Amino acid sequence: MRLEIIPVMVSEEQIKHAANDLDQHVEEMINWHFSPESGCPFWLNWAKEQDFNPLKEVRTFAELCNKFPYFEDEWLRDLPNKVWVPQAFADRPFNIFETGGTTGMPKQRIGWDDFRIDYTAFSKTLNDEHFPRDHYWLMVGPTGPRRLRLAIEHLANERGCSCYFVDLDPRWVKRLIATQQFDQARAYMDHVVEQALTIIKNREISALFTTPKLLEALAERRDLVSAGIKGVFCGGTTMDRQYARFLQEEVCEGGKIGFVPTYGNTLMGLARHHPFGPENDYSIAYYAPQPRAVLRVIDTGSGKPVEYNHWGRVELTTLTKEFFMPRFLERDEAIRREPWTEAPWDGVAEIRPFGAMEKKIVEGVY
Amino acid sequence: MKQAPHLPSLRLGKPYCSLNQSEVLDYRDGSVRATLSQVNPGVIRRDLKEVGQARAALQKFSTAELLEISRQAGEFFLHEELPVGEAGELQSPQEYLETLSSTSGLPHIMVRRNMEKIHHALTHMDTILNGLTRGLDVEVLDRGYGEQSGSPVCFHPTTKALGLVMPSNSPAVNSLWLPAIPLKIPVIMKPGKDEPWTPYRLMQAFIKAGCPAKAFGFYPTDHEGAADILRLCDRALIFGDKSTTDQYAGNPGVQVHGPGFSKVLIGDDEIENWPDYLDLMVASISDNGGRSCINASAIIVPKYAKEIADALGQKLGPIKPLAMNDPNAVLSGFANPKMAEWIDSAIDTDLLESGAYDATAPYRDGPRKVKAEGGTYLRPTIIACESIEHPLANREFLCPYASVVEVPQSEMLDKIGPTLVVSALTKCESFKRELLLDPRIERLNVGPISTMKISWDQPHEGNLFEFLYKRRSIGLAA
Repeated sequence: MRLEIIPVMVSEEQIKHAANDLDQHVEEMINWHFSPESGCPFWLNWAKEQDFNPLKEVRTFAELCNKFPYFEDEWLRDLPNKVWVPQAFADRPFNIFETGGTTGMPKQRIGWDDFRIDYTAFSKTLNDEHFPRDHYWLMVGPTGPRRLRLAIEHLANERGCSCYFVDLDPRWVKRLIATQQFDQARAYMDHVVEQALTIIKNREISALFTTPKLLEALAERRDLVSAGIKGVFCGGTTMDRQYARFLQEEVCEGGKIGFVPTYGNTLMGLARHHPFGPENDYSIAYYAPQPRAVLRVIDTGSGKPVEYNHWGRVELTTLTKEFFMPRFLERDEAIRREPWTEAPWDGVAEIRPFGAMEKKIVEGVY
Repeated sequence: MKQAPHLPSLRLGKPYCSLNQSEVLDYRDGSVRATLSQVNPGVIRRDLKEVGQARAALQKFSTAELLEISRQAGEFFLHEELPVGEAGELQSPQEYLETLSSTSGLPHIMVRRNMEKIHHALTHMDTILNGLTRGLDVEVLDRGYGEQSGSPVCFHPTTKALGLVMPSNSPAVNSLWLPAIPLKIPVIMKPGKDEPWTPYRLMQAFIKAGCPAKAFGFYPTDHEGAADILRLCDRALIFGDKSTTDQYAGNPGVQVHGPGFSKVLIGDDEIENWPDYLDLMVASISDNGGRSCINASAIIVPKYAKEIADALGQKLGPIKPLAMNDPNAVLSGFANPKMAEWIDSAIDTDLLESGAYDATAPYRDGPRKVKAEGGTYLRPTIIACESIEHPLANREFLCPYASVVEVPQSEMLDKIGPTLVVSALTKCESFKRELLLDPRIERLNVGPISTMKISWDQPHEGNLFEFLYKRRSIGLAA
């Protein structure tokens, strides 16, 4: 299916420059992760079993995509955390972060400073009008073992703010919905929303981080503009074009509250969004924090990117000194968008669970 | 050929084009006959916070004025061009008839009959209200209190809006919510996926007749949106199959309209005269394409089940799909051919259980499911069952279908289960008395009356007035 193209004004030079930066970064990361003095046990052992030498044969992102198979996420669940510790970090205890709402043994990523680096960089994309400095934030969403909790607090701190937290356990919500206990799911959501409203009522809050559904629920119970909310930073579940429009036009009252949708997870960091509105039919495109992470929209059969403005599976490559994760197939599909001046590389738009059109996906409020 | 219109959502009367749109398809070739704005549930929840304004807009009118508006709306619905799209396109009654026929599979003649039923309901709304309120002076509703039969009465609305989760099977089902408007209660509706045409046209007819547009919420939406309508409107009607309606059984705020399991019963005293009632049985089973909850889906008799099944088979078996515009068309096509496949296979699977046979098969000259006139059809099916316990004895399908079962008269009422309409062919006073006392029968016809016969001056499956208004005591100081 061909979808309309969003006009972009990025130059070929910008795109080339960004691609060169990425290639240089790939070279640096390959050297880091596949050298015994800095790499982690997992990749060093993995390389021994391959018929190619990453240090010699993978110098660019294109070569990485050609040589590396898809990352097997079971490795993050089944192997002990210590196999992922790069030699250079061996003397520092690590944070253990778990991925979203799955049940059973969770997938874990370890880390040290990445979340600070990622969210410090992201802070530069926020404006002071909607995310004022030296004030107070409220996060209403999954905390617990997730990277997000520390990341949001760091982001707030980075802007001179302190952050309140109301927890939401997405695993419980998914279980309630999967077992059709909708009343219980609603009661749990009400419980979370009531806690958030109590904080909003009794403390001065100017910025919110939450999920789209919780944002909606908060706005149904309280006028967020008069409550002093100036900016909302929102992610976690699908936002199709209509939903994005509704949240921006009605819940955030057409710009009275700055609405910043994000796409991110424990394995990547945070992708920023391209401005959206009637001019692009509210199609939200996200751009990865390249070169530390790369998002592609690919055809899983060929492993190659789909044409621009076509649907494909989202593939993530994470390239930091703490974590190397080549070609991980996300459980999402998206439309491939063209590079943008602020992020002159491919974007991923209208993200939704992979196969969402064919089967019912339990997303819940997270 | 005209471009397919886009039907916007009506957000308390205000057209709203969603970025999510569904397609309403021609049941024959799958061509797009309309696109439909699909709203996210948050839109409905947001609008429901303002629904008090919609009710206030209706309260400005007297009931008599709203009855007159209803009457005019009926005329507009049947005779006038009415808006049908975001661009203000107009749709003539004939275009409405043809388009609805093309997406629902209902032959023109049946759409026409449904139009006339709706027209009748709107133009006789005073009679309907009179029946629902048992003769209450409508000024009592305007004033809030008054007298009825010499006693003081006072009524208050039970809700700010009537929620509706509509089906796609038959246009006349819309007549059930129409009294809400003269009763000054706005409607918040999720239309049937394949049948947005009738409610949209009705709302446009009301608006043209002078009804405040605010009184109408038209929200094509998903399951979550439907659930929100049912949850957030204090009074709502839901139409659906048993699995859907079972979820709301026992909820006093939700009036459930599921399968009717309507039946024709013949008493011991009349069974020897069964051939006289054959046409009545045929009409009860097959009128309106066999799609209504008031179509008979079982014929319960004390004897001659095989003979009756055979006679019905002879009458109904040869009926074939005809062109949509053929005035003799009896069968409706399936907007969703998979539904036809499912029904066909469900009947065949249950026929594997002994004690039942397809009495239409010898007269059908072919399979039950046929492709004809560009669409998929199910031909009439009469199943003779040896016992009412057989899985096919008390079933309802979206086609002319009925079982014929022998049950001694003395056991009939214990065994028929909840039944929307019973047409009882008997003159026996004691049997009539038993029928009158049975609480599981919603509508009782005694004598040769088709189950399809509707009385506009009596409630159908619940009294909408009693659902939307509650009587309370009142004392007024002089």
